Amino acid sequence: MSGHDSKYFSTTKKGEIPELKEELNSQYKDKRKDAVKKVIAAMTVGKDVSSLFTDVVNCMQTENLELKKLVYLYLINYAKSQPDLAILAVNTFVKDSQDPNPLIRALAVRTMGCIRVDKITEYLCDPLQRCLKDDDPYVRKTAAICVAKLYDINAELVEDRGFLESLKDLISDNNPMVVANAVAALAEIQENSSGPIFEISSHTLSKLLTALNECTEWGQVFILDALSRYKAADAREAENIVERVTPRLQHANCAVVLSAVKMILQQMELITSTDVVRNLCKKMAPPLVTLLSAEPEIQYVALRNINLIVQRRPTILAHEIKVFFCKYNDPIYVKMEKLEIMIKLASDRNIDQVLLEFKEYATEVDVDFVRKAVRAIGRCAIKLERAAERCISVLLELIKIKVNYVVQEAIIVIKDIFRRYPNTYESIIATLCESLDTLDEPEAKASMIWIIGEYAERIDNADELLESFLESFPEEPAQVQLQLLTATVKLFLKKPTEGPQQMIQTRDQLPIFICTCTVFKHSSQSVVTNTNSCLQVVLNNATVETDNPDLRDRAYIYWRLLSTDPEAAKDVVLAEKPVITDDSNQLDSSLLDELLANIATLSSVYHKPPEAFVTRVKTTAPKTEDDDYPNGIDTGYSDTPTHVADGGTSPQTSSSSAPYPAGRQPAPPPAAPAPAAPVPDLLGDLIGLDNSAIVPVDRPEPAPAAPLPVVLPASTGQGLQISAQLTRQDGQVLYSMLFENNTQIPLDGFMIQFNKNSFGLAAAGPLQVPQLQPGTSARTLLPMVLFQNVSGGAPSSLLQVAVKNNQQPVWYFNDKVSLHVFFTEDGRMERGSFLETWRSLPDSNEVLKDLPGIVVSNVEATLDRLAASNMFFIAKRKHANQDVFYFSAKIPRGIPFLIELTTVIGNPGVKCAIKTPNPEMAPLFFEAIESLLKA
Amino acid sequence: MAGAASALFLLDIKGRVLIWRDYRGDVSAIQAERFFTKLIEKDGDPQSQDPVVYDSGVSYMFIQHNNVYLMAASRQNCNAASILLFLHRVVDVFKHYFEELEEESLRDNFVVVYELLDEIMDFGFPQFTEAKILSEFIKTDAYRMEVTQRPPMAVTNAVSWRSEGIRYKKNEVFLDVVESVNILVNSNGQIIRSDVVGALKMRTYLSGMPECKLGLNDRVLLEAQGRTTKGKAIDLDDTKFHQYVVSYFKCVRLARFENDRTISFIPPDGSFDLMTYRLSTQVKPLIWVEAQVEKHSRSRIEIMVKARSQFKERSTATNVEIELPVPSDSTNPNVRTSMGSAAYAPENDALVWKIKSFPGNREYMLRAEFSLPSITAEEATPDRKAPIRVKFEIPYFTVSGIQVRYLKIIEKSGYQALPWVRYITMAGEYELRLM
Repeated sequence: MSGHDSKYFSTTKKGEIPELKEELNSQYKDKRKDAVKKVIAAMTVGKDVSSLFTDVVNCMQTENLELKKLVYLYLINYAKSQPDLAILAVNTFVKDSQDPNPLIRALAVRTMGCIRVDKITEYLCDPLQRCLKDDDPYVRKTAAICVAKLYDINAELVEDRGFLESLKDLISDNNPMVVANAVAALAEIQENSSGPIFEISSHTLSKLLTALNECTEWGQVFILDALSRYKAADAREAENIVERVTPRLQHANCAVVLSAVKMILQQMELITSTDVVRNLCKKMAPPLVTLLSAEPEIQYVALRNINLIVQRRPTILAHEIKVFFCKYNDPIYVKMEKLEIMIKLASDRNIDQVLLEFKEYATEVDVDFVRKAVRAIGRCAIKLERAAERCISVLLELIKIKVNYVVQEAIIVIKDIFRRYPNTYESIIATLCESLDTLDEPEAKASMIWIIGEYAERIDNADELLESFLESFPEEPAQVQLQLLTATVKLFLKKPTEGPQQMIQTRDQLPIFICTCTVFKHSSQSVVTNTNSCLQVVLNNATVETDNPDLRDRAYIYWRLLSTDPEAAKDVVLAEKPVITDDSNQLDSSLLDELLANIATLSSVYHKPPEAFVTRVKTTAPKTEDDDYPNGIDTGYSDTPTHVADGGTSPQTSSSSAPYPAGRQPAPPPAAPAPAAPVPDLLGDLIGLDNSAIVPVDRPEPAPAAPLPVVLPASTGQGLQISAQLTRQDGQVLYSMLFENNTQIPLDGFMIQFNKNSFGLAAAGPLQVPQLQPGTSARTLLPMVLFQNVSGGAPSSLLQVAVKNNQQPVWYFNDKVSLHVFFTEDGRMERGSFLETWRSLPDSNEVLKDLPGIVVSNVEATLDRLAASNMFFIAKRKHANQDVFYFSAKIPRGIPFLIELTTVIGNPGVKCAIKTPNPEMAPLFFEAIESLLKA
Repeated sequence: MAGAASALFLLDIKGRVLIWRDYRGDVSAIQAERFFTKLIEKDGDPQSQDPVVYDSGVSYMFIQHNNVYLMAASRQNCNAASILLFLHRVVDVFKHYFEELEEESLRDNFVVVYELLDEIMDFGFPQFTEAKILSEFIKTDAYRMEVTQRPPMAVTNAVSWRSEGIRYKKNEVFLDVVESVNILVNSNGQIIRSDVVGALKMRTYLSGMPECKLGLNDRVLLEAQGRTTKGKAIDLDDTKFHQYVVSYFKCVRLARFENDRTISFIPPDGSFDLMTYRLSTQVKPLIWVEAQVEKHSRSRIEIMVKARSQFKERSTATNVEIELPVPSDSTNPNVRTSMGSAAYAPENDALVWKIKSFPGNREYMLRAEFSLPSITAEEATPDRKAPIRVKFEIPYFTVSGIQVRYLKIIEKSGYQALPWVRYITMAGEYELRLM
């Protein structure tokens, strides 16, 4: 059935567009169809064929279904860029939505919903209304989804025209596919809406569970996913639901199985009878195991989910550990996940078999997998006390293979095993020391040095071993340097000095023990003296020669301790360390709850709550985009629990503070930071406050009057009303504020604080509002600064502000930042540089938006108004009956905006196109320009 | 919980977009392409190989088939299992249409591809992926499109997998019981994992709307019917049914199997998998392979292999293929076998021993010698530790002992249909780790 469509790609003659234009207008049907195919082919390879819009739309009126589909496809792609012409298609759409052929009716309504042009949307309502009540289920199921499409474009319209009610009616449709799509649409609308739209009653639940039986597999997934939000009233209802969902575990479609598992697990939380729960666990095991015979990508999702499930209900798969043994040909991502689950399921009963497996994996070729396998052995040792010895003997066997990265990984985990079981397995230290010179990775080196320091008294030649690292001290990574420093001090403290010593004043006036007889570190003196010289070298290196503040600080602390009170030094440096524990059940309970409610979804794959990665959710909350996005796979314990009194084995270097100039004496603490704020805990609950810009009030400043938008109404502020707006004056961003006291008492001590925001806006100085007597008001202009506390994530116009006074609680309100207050005075561009910049930016940086409600009637006045806001006019040209204007603007940090406005003077509708290196700013820009043009 | 895909991409092996369909207008093809090409460039990083990846607000889920990547992008918390499985179904649909899914076939059929993408997913929600039904109203042959199409009843009918009015002169049903044996033996010769995955594969050529009833010797099923379970009865661990399994009475479908284990269904036309099951009882390896590898000096390696069939003499394994891993730099093979032929496949670093027919309870030998380069690299990188892998088929035999007791076909016109039943066992993931 292979086609020969590729021939349509091959017309690359000169003048292709005019040629196509001619063919599209041919009187012959076949020629027109071929021409449309060529157009679509050109579109597929990314050529711009939008100029053929009218000609293609002319082909829309056809009986030929294939041709019609192609034209529709073209419309979906280009309607956005030709919104005015798209209206030409409306008539045909409306006509097609009444075609006798249900395929065409459905096609019309489906396509119209995909064209995200406001003008078209208005015409969609009537056909959609009809199609929702169509006789043919195929049309109804398409219309159901179309309501969700329309809601995405224009939610109000959907609510006003009663589409939600029609959609809810479809839940009772006699056709299961229609029901499923209606559920999918409603669930989606609910997600994007704040009000309750789709609430599942026990009646709906029962109806949907019945429909489940007859749905397509995908429909079953929609329904199960929607129903998993349902909270059963009591254990009996929960049992009932579970009983009706359990047969889904038998479905061939893995997604259906996982969604059923999700629902059962949700309801199980309510079920009290242990028998029922045990029985359900037994029923869920085989289907979960079978998921591992699915395609590898599905296995991956299943494994990420099983990881969660065994954390909550370890019994389900307690006897199935063997199915997680890796196959030779498993993709690496499957192997890694299996390993993680094996660790979770490892128990005293199966540990022997598991260790055999790990050992096998540790000799494979994939380095990352091997490392993880070695680490897994260590984690099992820490988790299972009785198996620890067997784990260690496997690790020792692996070290004997002498594969470099295996040895290093083994030493890292053995260090943790020593932490977990102190004074138990030290006999193996000798074996470890044999591999000393093969270590080249910082973490392995640091671990080995920690071991030497910690057990210095049992290692005869500990000093020699440490010394071998000292020569390269300056070149070592910080992690190793810190460990060397601590280990040397431990050695010094543990092997008491016998030789003659005296106090020496170093050039830093810090006294230190040092042996008079040892000057050179390579001298063949006694162990004791050698130790001391080691210490001297290390301390010197770590104080005078380093730029690393952490290292230097620690070195000085040791130095002082040793010189003032060696006993205290012992107490600190050799303090008993807290015992570490196994963390292989690492997710905390509330997060686990949330993830389990999201089984099968991306959230369960990432092991992150949906808010952490979904940016489209319509809420006012600031976006919390997490930078170090999902890597829940390996959060080994080894880097956390070791932060103990002696510095641990893997300290973190801080890069935040600037290093002191080398050699400077750090002794007295730096001058106290800026005087503490009068109310230190003020606004402490605002997210991420770190700059203490809370300042007292003194100098009021009256400002010219202009009505400001109310940001905190008196009803919310217990009588205090605040109006505020960001403005720009003389190149300075100001927050113009008006305080009105409608309370019965005088208010004073006003302070303000801004939460992190996209522009890093913060107060440049104190808020100056005098005491406000009841019934009076005060205006102030607060100078602002930029880039103080910038929040991550997509740019947002949200500005969260908190204001407090001495009499009332803290008030929080949201304000909107209009981008135009940031337009700088130097934003004017020369024509030449404008053109050059426009060309140099790729097309992907161009963003378009229609501003349908805007009328430009007086060009001069508009240009003046824009110029006043630092949007500079560059050029103007006529295109047909439209006027095209070009402007430039610039925001701080030199980000330019090149703007093109197209409009018919005096008629509503402005098309705005912008190009900028930061297209993510575009939505904010459009908001700003819309308000500027409206004004 | 709701969530859907934003767009579907078909990309070439380098990650460039061949065809894409934008369902929601909230992801950009350029951004997706840029991200994906970068992703497949950095091969070594294990994180980058996950089939679900996140980049600046968009989650990408992808699978590979031949020289084509299929990728879905989403900005929501969509059902990842469903979307990935959907991508696999899309592969099936395309294969049904173009025989093979590859870059060429997509280019050659881009018009149909667009049509299909429009039909199988709407606004990012998977809709309909039964290739057979789709091909009833989306035709590749352009001329037949002149006749106005209607959506087949099956698209929205409760019996969505079978159209009305099918007619055959001779009514026949073929039922193949296919069992794959998966086994993993560790280097100590211990069986550490074994299971059997079975499938009931059917091909039906039946007129009208027939209802089929299938009886198996499943223990639960027999007991439920009040029969004694003497004689051969088996325990199936996990059974999966295709959508088709449905009793004739609409209300109970899977629920009915759950209750009384009756399998009754209206079959789709043509071939399909009716049911799959899994059995995790320990099975004796049907073909046991022992290999001894001896490294003589540094330049010669000798392999001695014994293969033994451990099933009854009346059965015979056919097309037996034993893949023996050898060091990657082996040369000059010198092989002798007591049965079959062996060929060195350096591209797989393996010696492949083929035995056409391997009767039960026999033992065959292979002895091979290879030269190794006398100079070896200094670093002690471990050899690739591939396992021995075995392929075979044993007709007229099942490991589980499953038996079809009856297959009844009832159609209102009352015709007689012929059921044909075959059994076969084959090797699935059959791995024996080397010492």
